[in-house]
Amino acid sequence: MASTGGTRPPRRSPMRVWPLVRVALGNGQLVVGAILLLVVLLIAVFAESLAPRAYDAMDLTNRLRAPGPGMLLGTDQFGRDTLSRIIYGSRIALRVGLIVVVIEGVLGVSLGLLAGYYGGLADRMISFLTDITWALPPIVLALAIVTVLGPGLNNVMIAIALVSWAGYARLIRSKAQGLKNMPFVEAARALGESDLSIMFRYILPNTFGLIVVVASLSLPGAILSTTALSFLGLGSQPPAPDWGVILSEGIRFLYDAPFLSIFPGLALVWTVLGFTLLGEGLRDILDPRMKA
Amino acid sequence: MPMATAPQAPPSWPLVRLDSARKYFPIRGGLFGHSARYVRAVNNVSMTIERGETFGLVGESGSGKTTLARLIPGLLRPSGGRVLYDGRDIARTHGGELNRLRRRMGIVFQDPASSLNPRSPVRASIRRPLDLQGVRGREAERRVLETIDRVNLGREVLDRYPHQLSGGQQQRASIARAIILNPELVILDEPTSALDVSIQAQILNLLQSLQEQIRLTYLFITHNLSIVRYMSDRIGVMYLGKLVEVAPAEALHDRPFHPYTAALLSASPPLNPRLRDRKRYRLEGDPPSLISPPPGCGLHPRCPFAVEVCSERTPPLVEAAARRLVACHRWEELTLKVGPGA
Repeated sequence: MASTGGTRPPRRSPMRVWPLVRVALGNGQLVVGAILLLVVLLIAVFAESLAPRAYDAMDLTNRLRAPGPGMLLGTDQFGRDTLSRIIYGSRIALRVGLIVVVIEGVLGVSLGLLAGYYGGLADRMISFLTDITWALPPIVLALAIVTVLGPGLNNVMIAIALVSWAGYARLIRSKAQGLKNMPFVEAARALGESDLSIMFRYILPNTFGLIVVVASLSLPGAILSTTALSFLGLGSQPPAPDWGVILSEGIRFLYDAPFLSIFPGLALVWTVLGFTLLGEGLRDILDPRMKA
Repeated sequence: MPMATAPQAPPSWPLVRLDSARKYFPIRGGLFGHSARYVRAVNNVSMTIERGETFGLVGESGSGKTTLARLIPGLLRPSGGRVLYDGRDIARTHGGELNRLRRRMGIVFQDPASSLNPRSPVRASIRRPLDLQGVRGREAERRVLETIDRVNLGREVLDRYPHQLSGGQQQRASIARAIILNPELVILDEPTSALDVSIQAQILNLLQSLQEQIRLTYLFITHNLSIVRYMSDRIGVMYLGKLVEVAPAEALHDRPFHPYTAALLSASPPLNPRLRDRKRYRLEGDPPSLISPPPGCGLHPRCPFAVEVCSERTPPLVEAAARRLVACHRWEELTLKVGPGA
C-alpha cells in the first residue's frame, strides 16, 4: 500500500513550462531581446568559422582601410580586420557580463538575505554598507578599486561586482522581510528548522523570480561598465579584441577612420539592448508588480 | 497582583501555563530610532491549558490572541512573566531542547494559502517534520499516507503544489503537517475564518474527530463565538491584551460575568428567532489603542456599568465561582444575561 503512493516522485514544477513559453512569446520586448542575444550568442560560439581572419593577424600593407570588399568593416592602424576583432570580442562581452552578474548576485543575494531575515544589528550594518555603495558613483568607485588591485580584465570584473551588488541586496532584503513573517515560515520555525535552513529552503526559493529579473536587468550595466574600464585602459589589454579596447584605439583615428569606433559601438549597443529588452520582458512576465 | 492566580507548583503541571505573561512591541520612532512607547499586545495574562481540553480564546482583532498563541511555541519571546510548557520555561529553553518541546506542539494558521511553502510539493511540506526528526524512507512515507488519510485528503494532492489545491485542501494539508509528529497540543489560530462556511463545518468536524482519535489538546483561537462554543470546553475572553474572563463554555454563554463578554455574546445574532428582541449590551465607541491603554479597567470608557473605581484601579482576575475567573470590579453586583429567558 505504501509503495503505490510512495514511488511517485513529485514531477510537476510550480509553473508548467508550456504556458510560460506562450506568455513569453506574447511579450514583444522579450522576443526581440532574445533574438538579438541569440545572434550574439551564435556569433560568439562560432567565432572561429565566422571571422575571416584571426583577431590579432596584422597586415601592414592594408592599414586603416575603409570598409569594402575583403574587409567588410575596415582595418585598424596595424591592418587588423575590425570585423574579426568584433566577432571575437563578443566572447569577452558575454563572459564578462555573466561572470560579473554571478559574483554580484551571490554577494548581493546573501547579504540581502542575512539583512532581511535577521534584522536588527545585521540589518543595520548591511544596509549601511548598501547605502554607501549605492550613493557612490559606480565608475569612480570601480576606478578606485582597479587602481588598488591593478589593471586587468579579472580585476575589472571584481571591481564592477563590488560596486553593483547593492541593487540585489536591497530588493532581496525587502522580499525576505516580507517572507519571513509568512505563516509557512513561522510554521517552519515552530518545527525547529534552523535559520540557515529557513533561508535556503523557504525564503531563497521564493525569491528566484526576482533574482532572475534583477540579474538580467543588471547584465547590460555590467557589460557597459567593463567596456568603459577597458576603454580607459584599465581592463583588457591590447591586443585583446575587447570592444572597449577597440573603441579606445579607434578614437585616435576618429576623423580619418570613424568606422573603427562606430562598429564596435554598434556591437555594444546591440548586445546591451538585447539584454535590456530581455530583462524587462522577463520582469513583466515573472514579476509584474515590479513594473516601473 | 501578578501572582494572584498562580498557585504554588502543583504536583502535575498543566500542559501550558502562563504566569503574568507580557509581550510588548517597541515602536520605533524619533530621530535615533529610540523607542519609549510600546504596543502592549499581551499584558499580564495568566492562564492554564489542561491536558485533553479545548481552550477557546476569543476577542476582537487586535486583542492580542494571536500574539498569545505565538508565545507558547516560542515564536515570540515574552517581554515579561513566564510561559511554561509542561513545567518548562519556554523563554529559557534553547536549541535542541526547545525543538524537543516544539515537537510536542503543532500550529495551524489562519490563511491556508500562505501556510505551505509555495515552492514545495504538498508531500514535502507534510513530510518535513519527519525529516527534521530523522524519520526517513519507507517509514516516513507510511506516516505521510496515514496522516493524510486521517485528515481525509486524497493521495493525488501529495504531488501537487499548494496553489493547485482548494482552500479546504490546503487547510487539511496544514493540519496534517501539524499532527504528523503526534503532538500533545495543537494551536489553532483562526483555522476556519478564511474558509467558506460549508468548508468551515467540515474542518471543525475533522478537528473534533482528530481530537477524539489521538487525544489532542487544542488552543482554539477565533473571533466567532458560535464556533468557539461548539468547539471548546473552556473559553477565555481577551480585551486589550488582557484576559477579562475565563469560564466553561456553557456557563459563559448562560451567564457571563464580565460586561465585555456580555456585549460580545449579545452582538452575535441568535439562531432562535424568538430571541431576537432579547436584552442587548452595547459598547460605545471603538477599542482604545494598545499603545496608551486607558488607566484602570481597559473597558471603562466604553462600559455601560462603569463607576469611579473602574478608571482608577485595574481589576485583578479573581476566582468568581468554581472554574470561573473574571476581571471586573462590579461582577458581583451585575446580573448579566444574554441567553434564553433574558
